[in-house]
Amino acid sequence: MSTFIIRRLLQAILVMALMSVIVFFGVNVIGDPVHMLVSPEADQAEIEAAIRRLGLDKPIWEQYLLFVKNAMQGDLGKSFIFGEPALKLIFHHMPATLELAFSALFLAVLIGIPLGLFAGLNPDSPISKGIMAGSIFGFSLPTFWVGLMLILVFSVELGWLPSTGRGETRSVLGFETSLATVDGLKHIILPALNLALLKISLAVRLTRAGVREAMGQDYVKFARAKGLSTNRIIFVHVLKNIMIPVVTVMGLELGSLIGFSVVTEKIFAWPGMGKLLIDAILQLDRPVVVAYLMIIVVFFVLINMIVDILYSILDPRVRLQDQGA
Amino acid sequence: MKFSTILLALAGGAITFGSSPASAEKLTFGLASETTSMDPYFHNVGPNNALLLHIYDRLIRQDERQQLSPGLALSWKPIDDLTWEFKLREGVKFHDGTDFNADDVVCSFERAPNVPDSPSSFATYVKGKSVVKVDDYTVHFKTETPYPLMGNDVSTVAIVSDSVGCGAATADYNSGAAAIGTGPFMFGSYTPGESVVLKKNPNYWDGAAEWDQVEFRPIASNPSRVAALLAGDVDVISGVPTTDIVTLRNNDAVELHQGPSNRVIYLHLDQFRENSPFIKALDGSDIKNPLLDVRVRKAISKAINRDAIVEHVMEGVAIPAGQLMPSGFFGVSENLQPETYDPDGAKALLAEAGYGDGFQMTIHGPNDRYINDAKIAEAIGQMLTRVGIQMSVETMPRSVYFKRASSGSPEGTPEFSFILVGWGAGSGEASSPLKSLIHTFDKEKGFGSSNRGRHSDAAIDAVIEEALATVDDAKRQDLLAKATEMAMETQAIIPTHFQVNTWGTRKGLSYIPRTDEYTVVMSVKKD
Repeated sequence: MSTFIIRRLLQAILVMALMSVIVFFGVNVIGDPVHMLVSPEADQAEIEAAIRRLGLDKPIWEQYLLFVKNAMQGDLGKSFIFGEPALKLIFHHMPATLELAFSALFLAVLIGIPLGLFAGLNPDSPISKGIMAGSIFGFSLPTFWVGLMLILVFSVELGWLPSTGRGETRSVLGFETSLATVDGLKHIILPALNLALLKISLAVRLTRAGVREAMGQDYVKFARAKGLSTNRIIFVHVLKNIMIPVVTVMGLELGSLIGFSVVTEKIFAWPGMGKLLIDAILQLDRPVVVAYLMIIVVFFVLINMIVDILYSILDPRVRLQDQGA
Repeated sequence: MKFSTILLALAGGAITFGSSPASAEKLTFGLASETTSMDPYFHNVGPNNALLLHIYDRLIRQDERQQLSPGLALSWKPIDDLTWEFKLREGVKFHDGTDFNADDVVCSFERAPNVPDSPSSFATYVKGKSVVKVDDYTVHFKTETPYPLMGNDVSTVAIVSDSVGCGAATADYNSGAAAIGTGPFMFGSYTPGESVVLKKNPNYWDGAAEWDQVEFRPIASNPSRVAALLAGDVDVISGVPTTDIVTLRNNDAVELHQGPSNRVIYLHLDQFRENSPFIKALDGSDIKNPLLDVRVRKAISKAINRDAIVEHVMEGVAIPAGQLMPSGFFGVSENLQPETYDPDGAKALLAEAGYGDGFQMTIHGPNDRYINDAKIAEAIGQMLTRVGIQMSVETMPRSVYFKRASSGSPEGTPEFSFILVGWGAGSGEASSPLKSLIHTFDKEKGFGSSNRGRHSDAAIDAVIEEALATVDDAKRQDLLAKATEMAMETQAIIPTHFQVNTWGTRKGLSYIPRTDEYTVVMSVKKD
């Protein structure tokens, strides 16, 4: 186990070093932040002064070396626009994104797996066909459209839920979360549902396919022959066996929920990292873009590692040491 | 089934949650752009300047039409060619209870241009001036040359407190510790990306505000912002998209408020290269840059149907432009009208200039900067194609566009031949566009910094420079109008329209439109 984790960490460092080069140089070829940030009324001398203040007068490789040097000390640069350390900004926006991502994942599992289970066990029922047809919509409708429709229906027409923003937050274990207040919950329902829609469909399809396959397997027949109750067969044996692909995919999807919930956050004016990222990209706030992508790399590496560990718990045949580099 | 009960429970829960009625004393704004700092000098940019107007007063105020009126200064006048005397208001207190006096003014003007890491500082307005305290309520602003725009410049600089604000860092402002001003509202809380909450200053020298608390929430997505207003989650929104205006007009729950801005949308034409990179002969071979010929520039202006742009592209929400600022501003010429649409005249002029068969040209523009910018570029492309200039249209995000438009060529000069741009006159008078767009590009003197067509005319330069050294208002007005007329005569740039901004409020409120596009509580009135 520990060799596995150490090897994974070394891999992570390599990935991050490569990423930093790609991201840093990639971001620096696009546009020029100074033209975005400086007041149009500034004269040429003031524009040059701004370039110097932002450190953009140095050659790009020198900027990169400076970035690496500071990054070693945990400083990923200061946001051009906010004047605050990029890391601080990202961590400030992180709880909002995390709670949104986990709420969406929770909804996906809570709604998707039971629906998929039902559809897998009763493949010919009209309800199952309805579920499967619905999941196609979940896949194919664009998030921004669904989001706007949700706002239109539940906020504008029905007036049940607030349209945008994050509600009241309360500090739980040092994190400011809106899941702990009624106002916060009201605010999170729509964006979480919007974000979850695609994942629900995914969970439905994966679970259904898994159940359909498992039900024909010898171990299920044997369990039946042994006289186990249907519930025990389904909820203990079948469910456990089909969970491996579901956990894998949901784990990876969690990464993308956290990293790239940009559209949902923008539509619902959700003050999370995705919104921070898209604003930073639009305004060429380079330090924030770079720092953000570095953090996402860390996230993906960590999530993959956790998924691997979960495998070994779910399926004793999987040995962590066997997972190659 | 189990899951259906869960769904029902969720829906049921949603119903019982309901929405709590907004407190009558609280006003909530949905803003198109985010305010990114509580430090008034960190970033000289519209959304920040607008919001911080609530916390920090200026010596001189700009009203809705950017006319100057007394703020923390009671009066200001030149006492000799190089000195302006400001008399300060007595009895004004900062939010922390300390008295406002000349020391605060001196240190504010010291800090304003010198904030570390500032992406755009206030040096633009502060440099060349030294501030001297005469007594507690009198300061002198000294300049090296006669300077008429003192009032306009001073009206942009916030006043922070000597005891707390001047020595503080940007982070101290963002935490609220140093966010102390004399303004009508006090700092409440600031959550980047989420909201800024301000509380009423009950002791405001100009009368306490009508609302106990105001909240500003950035909602960048246009449809979401409109939905937030319709749902009653916010009371006022800025930047109502033109596509929603008709629908919202027919909605009884909201009201729209419109007014012209100081922003002109115009075309810059390459007037400094013999061979312009995006202009070719019809067969694709190189030709001498036709835009150097004033007749071609005039023809382009005549070929543009400004009324059609306003009517069809802008949904009626714009004003055709014939000069650099809308009427009513200082320095505007009474004699200039928008060019009338005359495609035949345009063709005749092109023929006269030797381009009767036309040529190929590309118009470049941003697609996320001005209202409907990409659509305007497309419309202009079609209009010019109609008079024989074969147009291509290329639009791009502003993050890419402005760099290329300003200095994208290998020599560091503007890259494009024919571009769509906008200019908002922050000072609220005509010297701002004249100085930056029309005057010859001159790095030493700091003129023509946004002259991306590099038009250059010594005669116009002389008039602009004379205006900028003329303290007498009547004389300066005439000089600015004259320079504008000369620039339009040679078609240094081609203005198309003035932007009109739209604010939406819930019923029962109204918004006095501001030409500087600011969204502020002071403009919100109860019906």
